Amino acid sequence: MASALHHISHQSVTIPTPLPLDSGQSLPSVTIAWQSYGALNADKSNAILLCHALTGDQYVASDHPATGKPGWWARMVGPGKPIDTDRFHVICANVLGSCMGSSGPATPDPVTGAPLGMAFPVITIGDMVRAQAMLLGHLGIERLHAVVGGSMGGMQTLAWAANYPERLERALVIASAARHSAQNIAFHEVGRQAIMADPDWQDGQYYGSARAPTKGLAVARMAAHITYLSEEGLTEKFGRRLQARDIKSFGFDADFQIESYLRHQGLAFTDRFDANAYLYITRAMDYFDLADPHDGRLAGAFARAKDVRFTLVSFDTDWLYPTAESRRIVQALQSVGAAASFVELSAPYGHDSFLLDVPALDRLVAGALGSGF
Amino acid sequence: MALRPDLAIIADAVPSSARVLDVGCGDGELMVALRDKGVDARGLEIDPANVTAAIARGQSVVQGDANRDLADYPDNAFDYAILSQTLQTTERPDLVVGELLRIAPRAFVSFPNFAHWRVRLALLWGGRMPVTRLLPVAWYETPNIHHVTVSDFRDLIGAKGIGIEAAWYLSGDQPTSDAAASWRAEHAIFLIKRA
Repeated sequence: MASALHHISHQSVTIPTPLPLDSGQSLPSVTIAWQSYGALNADKSNAILLCHALTGDQYVASDHPATGKPGWWARMVGPGKPIDTDRFHVICANVLGSCMGSSGPATPDPVTGAPLGMAFPVITIGDMVRAQAMLLGHLGIERLHAVVGGSMGGMQTLAWAANYPERLERALVIASAARHSAQNIAFHEVGRQAIMADPDWQDGQYYGSARAPTKGLAVARMAAHITYLSEEGLTEKFGRRLQARDIKSFGFDADFQIESYLRHQGLAFTDRFDANAYLYITRAMDYFDLADPHDGRLAGAFARAKDVRFTLVSFDTDWLYPTAESRRIVQALQSVGAAASFVELSAPYGHDSFLLDVPALDRLVAGALGSGF
Repeated sequence: MALRPDLAIIADAVPSSARVLDVGCGDGELMVALRDKGVDARGLEIDPANVTAAIARGQSVVQGDANRDLADYPDNAFDYAILSQTLQTTERPDLVVGELLRIAPRAFVSFPNFAHWRVRLALLWGGRMPVTRLLPVAWYETPNIHHVTVSDFRDLIGAKGIGIEAAWYLSGDQPTSDAAASWRAEHAIFLIKRA
């Protein structure tokens, strides 16, 4: 239940200065929840900002407070791991608009005290990054060893390089893109419509009620989950196998294992995510096009970023953010003379490959962070 | 670890603080040697396992194909381009050489000399495509689709009006003379210069 979600306490800071937004609106103050791993060194030069994906959160390498499950990138971040917390101070902030302690649609209206719901302004990837920059200002970290992110985290990483190039040395962008394609927007719109068509959504003002749009959110998650996997991976894992039965039911139960799996994924998601946050964050991703302020020339976005060392990674089975999108970024970086690395890794898991066991990715990440030699 | 002799020659000849693109950089062996002398080296490599290895060594390498992806680099982006043991594998070596000298005013190009006496003998007496130390793969599976000789390369360079600033010839990893290079060199390295 979304209401239970909002009673978890998170480490956070409220910065009382206004946060100007790309929409032209602004937030009078901003609350940012974050987690950190590993010690910050004396000259504050070993900080890595890790940017999470759409449904990720700041609990990168520690147990999730709602589900109790290990952090979403515990295999990558920790002592002796590719992002080595014996060497680096790793910071991950819950993105603006999300539901794990940072300002978002569940934030109370300063006047009425009721959750803002849809009165929360529409935010962008650029706004998320601006909020992260405010957090780093609060923490007294001027320059980052690296910004790292996969999927939507990669978009934030690119926005960091474009907007604050002097504040990072390295950018590591995994399974991401510099813009959302028509197909990406289309899938998100399906998810949003599923949420908003749920009568329990109540125009976004469900926080105080006993009902929340869990059915709509579950369907949104089911649709999105398909886009994170590859056809090959689905076939291998489920095929046409039936779920706990020998014959078809000739009804609409979850006959197939894939149906049962998706239903479970959809439902489990509603325990740890807020439907309105899903609306806001998917919207932010849809609005993302780094070339937009530069007359469609992506190279324009990186004009000041030529001293940042970029590493881009795509996966051959990722059809959500395909290799061509990473190549487009690489071409733009090469045209401004930035040091860019790029490789397409082979992995069977589709877009989700960046979260899963791909040993080549581990070596790449360590190398890109300057610890692989 | 000792560098391959042709790479050692190139590493030695590139001035420190130069900006270099290593086309077909493999696992970044030459790039590491160049970095150690202060060269700003970037790489282009077609094989993802090699790219991964090079990035893991901290090098900036882009997975790509010399036949296509050189077009993505701006004019004069580098001081030197390097094409080592790759020319003979490209679809249009003449166009690739043109691209190298668009990206950089100077380029190192190295290749196995198909007119080496062992190759000549193998062809003359055996009547078969030679398999030698530097050309170790049978004709049907070799990546070398444009076998080239020292004389062929000099002709191409001459026809395109490109200058040769220096040349090194290796026979069994030992230098050999310019005059006898056509038949004695197993391996040639040219430093060419935009006209």
